[in-house]
Amino acid sequence: MRGLRLRLILLVVIAALLALAPEASADLISPESGPSQNANDIDTLYKITLYIGLVIFLLVETTLIYSLIKFRARRGGPEAAQIRGNTPLEISWTIGAALILVMLATVTFIYLPGIKDPPASKASAIETAEGSDYATINQKEPPGGSALHISVNSQQYIWRYDYDDSKDQLFSFHTLYVPVNTTVTLKIYSSDVAHSWWVPKLGGKADAIPGHTNETWFRADEEGTFDGACAELCGEGHADMRTRVVVLPADEYEAWAEQQTADIKAAQQGLAEQRKEREAADEDAGEVTPTEEKKTTKEEKHPPPPPGEEAAP
Amino acid sequence: MEATTVTRPRPEIVMRGYREPPKGWLGWLSTTDHKRIGIMYFAAALVFFVVGGAEALLIRLQLAQSESTLIDAQTYNGLVTMHGTTMVFLFVIPILAGFANYMVPLMIGARDMAFPRLNALSFWLLVTGGIVFYTSLFFEPPTAGWTMYAPLSDNAYLPEGGVDAWILLIHLTGASTVIGAINLIATIHNMRTRGMGWGRMPLFVWTVLVFSYLIVLAYPAIAAAVTMLLTDRHFDTAFFDPIGGGDPMLWQHLFWFFGHPEVYIMILPAFGIISEVLPVFARKPIFGYKAVAASTAAIAFLSMLVWAHHMFATPTATVVLAFFMISSMVIAVPTGIKIFNWLATLWRGSIVFKTPLYFGAGMVGLFTIGGITGVQLAVFPADWQLHDSYFVVAHLHYVLFGGSVFGIFAGIYYWFPKMSGRMLGEGLGKISFWLMFVGFNLTFLIQHSAGLSGMPRRVYQYPDTGDLELYNLLSTIGSFVLGIGVLVTLVNIVRSIRNGKIAGNDPWQGNTLEWFTQSPPPPNNFDVIPAVRSVEPMKDIRREVAKGAGQQAGSVAQPVA
Repeated sequence: MRGLRLRLILLVVIAALLALAPEASADLISPESGPSQNANDIDTLYKITLYIGLVIFLLVETTLIYSLIKFRARRGGPEAAQIRGNTPLEISWTIGAALILVMLATVTFIYLPGIKDPPASKASAIETAEGSDYATINQKEPPGGSALHISVNSQQYIWRYDYDDSKDQLFSFHTLYVPVNTTVTLKIYSSDVAHSWWVPKLGGKADAIPGHTNETWFRADEEGTFDGACAELCGEGHADMRTRVVVLPADEYEAWAEQQTADIKAAQQGLAEQRKEREAADEDAGEVTPTEEKKTTKEEKHPPPPPGEEAAP
Repeated sequence: MEATTVTRPRPEIVMRGYREPPKGWLGWLSTTDHKRIGIMYFAAALVFFVVGGAEALLIRLQLAQSESTLIDAQTYNGLVTMHGTTMVFLFVIPILAGFANYMVPLMIGARDMAFPRLNALSFWLLVTGGIVFYTSLFFEPPTAGWTMYAPLSDNAYLPEGGVDAWILLIHLTGASTVIGAINLIATIHNMRTRGMGWGRMPLFVWTVLVFSYLIVLAYPAIAAAVTMLLTDRHFDTAFFDPIGGGDPMLWQHLFWFFGHPEVYIMILPAFGIISEVLPVFARKPIFGYKAVAASTAAIAFLSMLVWAHHMFATPTATVVLAFFMISSMVIAVPTGIKIFNWLATLWRGSIVFKTPLYFGAGMVGLFTIGGITGVQLAVFPADWQLHDSYFVVAHLHYVLFGGSVFGIFAGIYYWFPKMSGRMLGEGLGKISFWLMFVGFNLTFLIQHSAGLSGMPRRVYQYPDTGDLELYNLLSTIGSFVLGIGVLVTLVNIVRSIRNGKIAGNDPWQGNTLEWFTQSPPPPNNFDVIPAVRSVEPMKDIRREVAKGAGQQAGSVAQPVA
């Protein structure tokens, strides 16, 4: 009686789980996905492994629980069967397990190109550079070779994104702005310790190993803001080494790129002007003094500058 | 045994010439008795288990809320490093070495290990390693994770001595483990009793033999790697520094060339314990003895070929990734064989529900989950999402806690009566099991979802996006239930050492020779060792006794003077 009730409860629980599974939010049972094809393919591949795994899980756990309930030692119950093995049975479950794994490996290789190789940008995408200048190591160029090429330089504890196609210097820190529908290929570097670039909704992670170049890609087919983080312990600020990808409509992206280029140029000119001003001030003061020692000897020879000029930086 | 070059006949009573050990703590310090060394391994490992567990609870406390400021970043990284290192090198390996030390000579009918003094050296090296590592608490604990990835672990980034303390720990416990393994290999090859051929050796001894060979093969890689790290840090070499022509990937390859066999080193003896416990409590022989023994060897061989599945996200050629995916999948076959054999052992048995069986069956159920997620992780494109996320944390705890630790607890409840002469309390044992089982699943099942939602591992803070905070809170609650469950067993052990029910020689109706002698066994283990004619010598003896004198089965061991 007790066994029957337990089995009924088990059945109800399993049925409830199966009914609720599609209702549950997607990230409860499978990786993030949505905007980019590589993430979607990983999601599908993961789900295939999950369902095969679930069948094996249910097979093993129900056999285990059934055995524990059914073959419980009872007063006056049957003696334990003295079975030492069953070769045909053992051979068949070995072959069965191997076949499942062959199937899994095959499915993986079917999905691999879609995950690994960047596709062409969609027709509505912005014009991007032909990729001939950008040799890849372990990742194919998208068909036609056209993509937005980004260098991701990681360092403790920030991400720097360099837009390799831009004629003028164009880069950003922390946030990567990209146009929608455009294939973006990333080369990933590190200038200190190992990091790992990971924006879950845009696909898998790619380790940044000092001395090596890693590669990945995504093509966001919808606009939005997607958060990510460093996935390799890299020191004190590891948890704060987060990042963000902002996917913009083509025109907004171009406006951003123009503005950012101008800002960078202005900032650099500003710096250059500051430097020139400082040098000019130093020259006026007659203080081109590489060492402290020289300075003191000079001060002995020359009278100190008038008070007005001393305030110059 | 016949082939040895002993010219004189073996003395009948080996207690002659036996020197009483000094009384009190000096006796323990100077002992070379495998049983006393085994118990010391146990005590040391359990102390480190409590310390490592406390570190885990602090980690969970910090993660109970998003963006929590309870613990600062470097303290958290230190806790993560200490927890991982402690559990791997100072708890799981030593407690398995403790079981092997105590049980292997008894199970093969030997009077001690092959090299008793080396055995003592192994233990004291382990203790020294643990002390050296924990002294880093007084200056600066290491913070680069138990994987100690270069170049973060190089002196340019972590100049403090914590990493050096870790390196010394690896050297000391590594030497301890390798010496212990060689000792076990020598013991198992040379000291099996009359009649115990390879085909009659208990499965626990099989797994310990394979575990030992695997240690001898894998540990030199980590010894070399940490020596290179040490010279990088202090003598200006550049093995792992790309600017000097070195390569950080070399560290990852060397570490995982050790690190993946290490995973199997930590699980194989637990497989062995389960293969002893299930047949005894199902009152049935193990299903497919040869398959279980052979799959152990197959797992060990394959475990040397899968290391780079820890490196799927590194810049590595796709063909290499494909190789390591396939090798990692192949290893699931012998592992699956074991699970099916255990299920078939329970099938049509007459299952006696004692605490060792609870933990044994729990291990089979939980390890299966870890095995399945392991195959998912082997699918390398999927691993690009799962790698270094909480999914991996969940997976490795299902294997190491659900697998190894539940197996170890089955072993504790199974063999404690032999080691102490007293039973552990059944009531407390079952309470402990259910608390641990529920707490464990509450802690770690939901961590799969945290990883799938994009939470990387080893972060002291995470953003409050989606349901991450809920997942982590559930996990933290579970971890405290789990901690209480472990505590109940520790209380049970302390209580039962003095107050437990007297066990007698063979409380479980065991199959193997350790149940032939007294509980606890006398210093020479056996006065008379029965000839072994099958894989279950105790069953043979019980049958003969029942047939012959009509005596009570279970009291057949010879009294010892």
